[in-house]
Amino acid sequence: MKVLAALFSGILFGVGLAVSQMTNPAKVQAFLDVAGAWDPSLAFVMGAALVVSSIAVAIARRRPQALLGEPLQLPEPAALDLRLIAGAALFGVGWGLGGFCPGPALAGLATGVPAVWVFTASMLAGVLLYRWVFRVASIRGLRG
Amino acid sequence: MTEFTPVSATVGGLTIGLAAGLLLLLRGRVAGISGVLGSALSQPLGEKGWRLAFLIGLPMGAAAVSLVAGSLVVDIAASTPVLVAAGLLVGLGTQLGSGCTSGHGVCGIARGSKRSIAATLVFMGSGAITVFVVRHVLGASS
Repeated sequence: MKVLAALFSGILFGVGLAVSQMTNPAKVQAFLDVAGAWDPSLAFVMGAALVVSSIAVAIARRRPQALLGEPLQLPEPAALDLRLIAGAALFGVGWGLGGFCPGPALAGLATGVPAVWVFTASMLAGVLLYRWVFRVASIRGLRG
Repeated sequence: MTEFTPVSATVGGLTIGLAAGLLLLLRGRVAGISGVLGSALSQPLGEKGWRLAFLIGLPMGAAAVSLVAGSLVVDIAASTPVLVAAGLLVGLGTQLGSGCTSGHGVCGIARGSKRSIAATLVFMGSGAITVFVVRHVLGASS
Protein backbone atom coordinates (compact mmCIF):
# COMPACT_ATOMS: atom_id res chain seq x y z
CA MET A 1 0.00 0.00 0.00
CA LYS A 2 2.80 2.38 0.92
CA VAL A 3 4.75 1.51 -2.21
CA LEU A 4 1.55 1.72 -4.30
CA ALA A 5 0.82 5.21 -2.94
CA ALA A 6 4.33 6.29 -3.97
CA LEU A 7 3.91 4.70 -7.41
CA PHE A 8 0.57 6.46 -7.90
CA SER A 9 2.07 9.80 -6.87
CA GLY A 10 4.96 9.21 -9.30
CA ILE A 11 2.61 8.37 -12.18
CA LEU A 12 0.49 11.46 -11.47
CA PHE A 13 3.66 13.56 -11.26
CA GLY A 14 4.78 12.17 -14.64
CA VAL A 15 1.39 12.96 -16.16
CA GLY A 16 1.67 16.54 -14.90
CA LEU A 17 5.19 16.96 -16.27
CA ALA A 18 4.15 15.64 -19.69
CA VAL A 19 0.90 17.65 -19.90
CA SER A 20 2.69 20.85 -18.89
CA GLN A 21 5.44 20.10 -21.49
CA MET A 22 8.20 20.35 -18.90
CA THR A 23 9.50 17.24 -20.70
CA ASN A 24 10.31 19.42 -23.73
CA PRO A 25 13.70 21.15 -23.24
CA ALA A 26 12.84 23.79 -25.88
CA LYS A 27 9.89 24.84 -23.70
CA VAL A 28 12.03 25.07 -20.56
CA GLN A 29 14.76 27.04 -22.32
CA ALA A 30 12.16 29.39 -23.83
CA PHE A 31 10.99 30.09 -20.28
CA LEU A 32 14.55 30.86 -19.20
CA ASP A 33 15.16 33.02 -22.31
CA VAL A 34 13.82 36.25 -20.85
CA ALA A 35 15.80 38.36 -23.34
CA GLY A 36 14.51 36.44 -26.36
CA ALA A 37 11.11 35.10 -27.38
CA TRP A 38 10.08 34.53 -23.77
CA ASP A 39 7.50 31.80 -23.10
CA PRO A 40 6.06 32.31 -19.58
CA SER A 41 4.20 28.95 -19.59
CA LEU A 42 6.38 27.34 -16.93
CA ALA A 43 5.56 30.10 -14.45
CA PHE A 44 1.95 28.89 -14.75
CA VAL A 45 3.10 25.30 -14.12
CA MET A 46 4.89 26.29 -10.95
CA GLY A 47 2.17 28.67 -9.79
CA ALA A 48 -0.58 26.08 -10.25
CA ALA A 49 1.51 23.35 -8.57
CA LEU A 50 2.20 25.69 -5.65
CA VAL A 51 -1.49 26.42 -5.10
CA VAL A 52 -2.26 22.71 -4.65
CA SER A 53 0.90 21.78 -2.72
CA SER A 54 0.40 24.74 -0.33
CA ILE A 55 -3.08 23.46 0.50
CA ALA A 56 -1.63 19.99 1.09
CA VAL A 57 1.05 21.41 3.41
CA ALA A 58 -1.59 23.38 5.33
CA ILE A 59 -3.67 20.21 5.81
CA ALA A 60 -0.61 18.11 6.69
CA ARG A 61 0.50 20.57 9.39
CA ARG A 62 -2.82 20.08 11.23
CA ARG A 63 -2.41 16.33 11.30
CA PRO A 64 -0.32 14.33 13.79
CA GLN A 65 0.69 11.86 11.09
CA ALA A 66 0.23 10.94 7.43
CA LEU A 67 -2.94 9.12 6.31
CA LEU A 68 -1.12 5.78 5.99
CA GLY A 69 0.05 6.10 9.59
CA GLU A 70 3.65 7.25 9.25
CA PRO A 71 5.16 10.39 10.78
CA LEU A 72 5.23 13.48 8.58
CA GLN A 73 8.77 14.15 7.44
CA LEU A 74 8.87 17.84 6.65
CA PRO A 75 12.41 19.23 6.56
CA GLU A 76 13.33 21.37 9.58
CA PRO A 77 13.98 25.06 8.96
CA ALA A 78 17.69 25.57 8.42
CA ALA A 79 19.94 28.51 7.71
CA LEU A 80 21.07 29.50 4.24
CA ASP A 81 24.55 28.32 3.49
CA LEU A 82 27.08 28.47 0.70
CA ARG A 83 26.49 24.81 -0.16
CA LEU A 84 22.84 25.47 -0.96
CA ILE A 85 23.61 28.54 -3.07
CA ALA A 86 26.53 26.91 -4.92
CA GLY A 87 24.50 23.76 -5.57
CA ALA A 88 21.49 25.71 -6.85
CA ALA A 89 23.76 27.83 -9.08
CA LEU A 90 25.41 24.74 -10.63
CA PHE A 91 22.03 23.09 -11.10
CA GLY A 92 20.72 26.19 -12.88
CA VAL A 93 23.64 26.18 -15.33
CA GLY A 94 22.96 22.53 -16.18
CA TRP A 95 19.21 23.23 -16.42
CA GLY A 96 19.85 26.09 -18.84
CA LEU A 97 22.33 24.13 -20.96
CA GLY A 98 20.24 20.98 -21.34
CA GLY A 99 16.70 22.20 -20.67
CA PHE A 100 16.07 19.29 -18.29
CA CYS A 101 15.66 19.18 -14.54
CA PRO A 102 15.56 15.78 -12.75
CA GLY A 103 11.81 15.02 -12.91
CA PRO A 104 11.31 15.72 -16.62
CA ALA A 105 14.55 13.88 -17.45
CA LEU A 106 13.23 10.72 -15.76
CA ALA A 107 9.71 11.16 -17.17
CA GLY A 108 11.16 11.83 -20.63
CA LEU A 109 12.80 8.39 -20.68
CA ALA A 110 9.36 7.19 -21.80
CA THR A 111 9.80 8.96 -25.14
CA GLY A 112 12.72 6.71 -26.05
CA VAL A 113 14.62 9.67 -27.50
CA PRO A 114 18.32 8.68 -27.12
CA ALA A 115 19.42 12.19 -26.06
CA VAL A 116 17.11 12.01 -23.02
CA TRP A 117 18.82 8.78 -21.97
CA VAL A 118 22.24 10.44 -22.46
CA PHE A 119 21.21 13.35 -20.24
CA THR A 120 19.64 11.13 -17.57
CA ALA A 121 22.63 8.77 -17.45
CA SER A 122 24.93 11.80 -17.04
CA MET A 123 22.66 13.14 -14.29
CA LEU A 124 22.87 9.81 -12.42
CA ALA A 125 26.65 9.95 -12.85
CA GLY A 126 26.58 13.46 -11.34
CA VAL A 127 24.60 12.21 -8.32
CA LEU A 128 27.05 9.32 -7.82
CA LEU A 129 30.02 11.66 -8.32
CA TYR A 130 28.66 13.89 -5.56
CA ARG A 131 28.20 10.89 -3.25
CA TRP A 132 31.76 9.74 -3.99
CA VAL A 133 33.32 13.18 -3.46
CA PHE A 134 31.29 13.65 -0.29
CA ARG A 135 32.41 10.28 1.08
CA VAL A 136 36.08 10.97 0.26
CA ALA A 137 35.82 14.40 1.89
CA SER A 138 34.19 13.01 5.04
CA ILE A 139 36.81 10.23 5.36
CA ARG A 140 39.60 12.81 5.03
CA GLY A 141 37.81 15.00 7.56
CA LEU A 142 37.71 12.15 10.07
CA ARG A 143 41.40 11.38 9.55
CA GLY A 144 42.50 15.00 9.63
CA MET B 1 10.88 29.36 -29.88
CA THR B 2 7.75 27.84 -28.36
CA GLU B 3 4.16 28.94 -28.06
CA PHE B 4 2.66 30.25 -24.81
CA THR B 5 0.39 27.48 -23.48
CA PRO B 6 -1.23 28.74 -20.26
CA VAL B 7 -4.02 26.13 -20.16
CA SER B 8 -1.91 22.96 -20.47
CA ALA B 9 0.68 24.58 -18.18
CA THR B 10 -1.94 25.22 -15.50
CA VAL B 11 -3.54 21.77 -15.83
CA GLY B 12 -0.11 20.11 -15.70
CA GLY B 13 0.92 22.26 -12.75
CA LEU B 14 -2.24 21.38 -10.81
CA THR B 15 -1.52 17.68 -11.48
CA ILE B 16 2.06 18.04 -10.25
CA GLY B 17 0.85 19.82 -7.12
CA LEU B 18 -1.73 17.07 -6.54
CA ALA B 19 0.95 14.37 -6.93
CA ALA B 20 3.24 16.12 -4.43
CA GLY B 21 0.32 16.78 -2.08
CA LEU B 22 -0.77 13.13 -2.16
CA LEU B 23 2.72 11.87 -1.32
CA LEU B 24 2.87 14.31 1.58
CA LEU B 25 -0.60 13.53 2.95
CA LEU B 26 -0.55 9.76 2.37
CA ARG B 27 3.07 9.02 3.21
CA GLY B 28 4.35 12.12 4.97
CA ARG B 29 7.14 12.49 2.41
CA VAL B 30 8.31 15.44 0.34
CA ALA B 31 8.20 14.80 -3.42
CA GLY B 32 11.56 16.28 -4.31
CA ILE B 33 12.76 14.30 -7.30
CA SER B 34 16.49 14.87 -6.77
CA GLY B 35 16.17 14.06 -3.06
CA VAL B 36 14.25 10.84 -3.74
CA LEU B 37 16.77 9.95 -6.46
CA GLY B 38 19.81 10.62 -4.25
CA SER B 39 18.32 8.58 -1.40
CA ALA B 40 17.26 5.75 -3.72
CA LEU B 41 20.92 5.37 -4.69
CA SER B 42 22.29 5.50 -1.15
CA GLN B 43 19.71 4.18 1.33
CA PRO B 44 19.50 0.57 2.59
CA LEU B 45 17.34 -1.78 0.50
CA GLY B 46 14.20 -1.51 2.68
CA GLU B 47 14.12 2.26 2.19
CA LYS B 48 14.56 2.01 -1.57
CA GLY B 49 11.18 0.43 -2.40
CA TRP B 50 8.82 3.40 -2.30
CA ARG B 51 11.47 5.68 -3.80
CA LEU B 52 12.05 3.42 -6.80
CA ALA B 53 8.26 3.05 -7.21
CA PHE B 54 7.85 6.84 -7.23
CA LEU B 55 10.68 7.31 -9.73
CA ILE B 56 9.44 4.54 -12.05
CA GLY B 57 6.01 6.19 -11.95
CA LEU B 58 7.39 9.31 -13.68
CA PRO B 59 8.06 7.73 -17.11
CA MET B 60 4.87 5.65 -16.71
CA GLY B 61 2.83 8.82 -16.33
CA ALA B 62 4.57 10.46 -19.28
CA ALA B 63 4.02 7.32 -21.37
CA ALA B 64 0.30 7.41 -20.55
CA VAL B 65 0.05 11.03 -21.76
CA SER B 66 2.04 10.13 -24.86
CA LEU B 67 -0.43 7.30 -25.64
CA VAL B 68 -3.42 9.62 -25.28
CA ALA B 69 -1.84 12.60 -27.08
CA GLY B 70 -0.17 10.54 -29.81
CA SER B 71 3.35 11.62 -28.92
CA LEU B 72 5.36 13.97 -26.71
CA VAL B 73 7.40 16.78 -28.21
CA VAL B 74 11.05 16.56 -27.14
CA ASP B 75 12.99 19.28 -28.90
CA ILE B 76 16.62 19.15 -27.79
CA ALA B 77 18.99 21.81 -29.09
CA ALA B 78 22.10 20.83 -27.11
CA SER B 79 24.82 18.64 -28.64
CA THR B 80 25.76 15.35 -26.95
CA PRO B 81 28.85 16.73 -25.12
CA VAL B 82 26.78 19.69 -23.85
CA LEU B 83 24.02 17.30 -22.70
CA VAL B 84 26.57 15.20 -20.82
CA ALA B 85 27.99 18.30 -19.10
CA ALA B 86 24.46 19.54 -18.36
CA GLY B 87 23.46 16.19 -16.86
CA LEU B 88 26.56 16.08 -14.63
CA LEU B 89 25.89 19.65 -13.43
CA VAL B 90 22.23 18.88 -12.70
CA GLY B 91 23.13 15.69 -10.80
CA LEU B 92 25.94 17.30 -8.83
CA GLY B 93 24.20 20.64 -8.25
CA THR B 94 20.91 19.20 -6.99
CA GLN B 95 22.71 16.96 -4.49
CA LEU B 96 24.98 19.77 -3.27
CA GLY B 97 22.03 22.19 -3.10
CA SER B 98 19.67 19.59 -1.57
CA GLY B 99 16.92 19.97 -4.15
CA CYS B 100 15.67 20.81 -7.60
CA THR B 101 12.64 22.40 -9.24
CA SER B 102 10.25 20.05 -7.42
CA GLY B 103 11.89 19.85 -3.97
CA HIS B 104 12.71 23.55 -3.65
CA GLY B 105 10.46 25.11 -6.29
CA VAL B 106 7.19 23.31 -5.52
CA CYS B 107 7.44 21.57 -2.13
CA GLY B 108 9.88 23.93 -0.39
CA ILE B 109 8.17 27.18 -1.32
CA ALA B 110 4.81 25.64 -0.31
CA ARG B 111 6.30 25.13 3.17
CA GLY B 112 7.49 28.74 3.19
CA SER B 113 11.12 27.62 3.45
CA LYS B 114 13.56 30.52 3.08
CA ARG B 115 16.25 28.13 1.85
CA SER B 116 13.96 26.87 -0.90
CA ILE B 117 12.92 30.37 -1.95
CA ALA B 118 16.59 31.40 -2.14
CA ALA B 119 17.58 28.21 -4.01
CA THR B 120 14.74 28.68 -6.54
CA LEU B 121 15.75 32.29 -7.22
CA VAL B 122 19.38 31.20 -7.64
CA PHE B 123 18.75 28.30 -10.05
CA MET B 124 16.25 30.30 -12.09
CA GLY B 125 18.75 33.15 -12.22
CA SER B 126 21.72 30.99 -13.19
CA GLY B 127 19.54 29.11 -15.69
CA ALA B 128 18.42 32.38 -17.29
CA ILE B 129 22.01 33.68 -17.40
CA THR B 130 23.16 30.41 -18.99
CA VAL B 131 20.49 30.57 -21.71
CA PHE B 132 21.29 34.26 -22.27
CA VAL B 133 24.99 33.51 -22.74
CA VAL B 134 24.35 30.51 -25.00
CA ARG B 135 21.75 32.23 -27.21
CA HIS B 136 22.58 35.90 -27.18
CA VAL B 137 26.32 36.06 -26.44
CA LEU B 138 27.65 32.90 -28.08
CA GLY B 139 24.82 33.15 -30.61
CA ALA B 140 23.71 29.53 -30.76
CA SER B 141 20.59 29.19 -32.88
CA SER B 142 18.81 27.11 -30.21
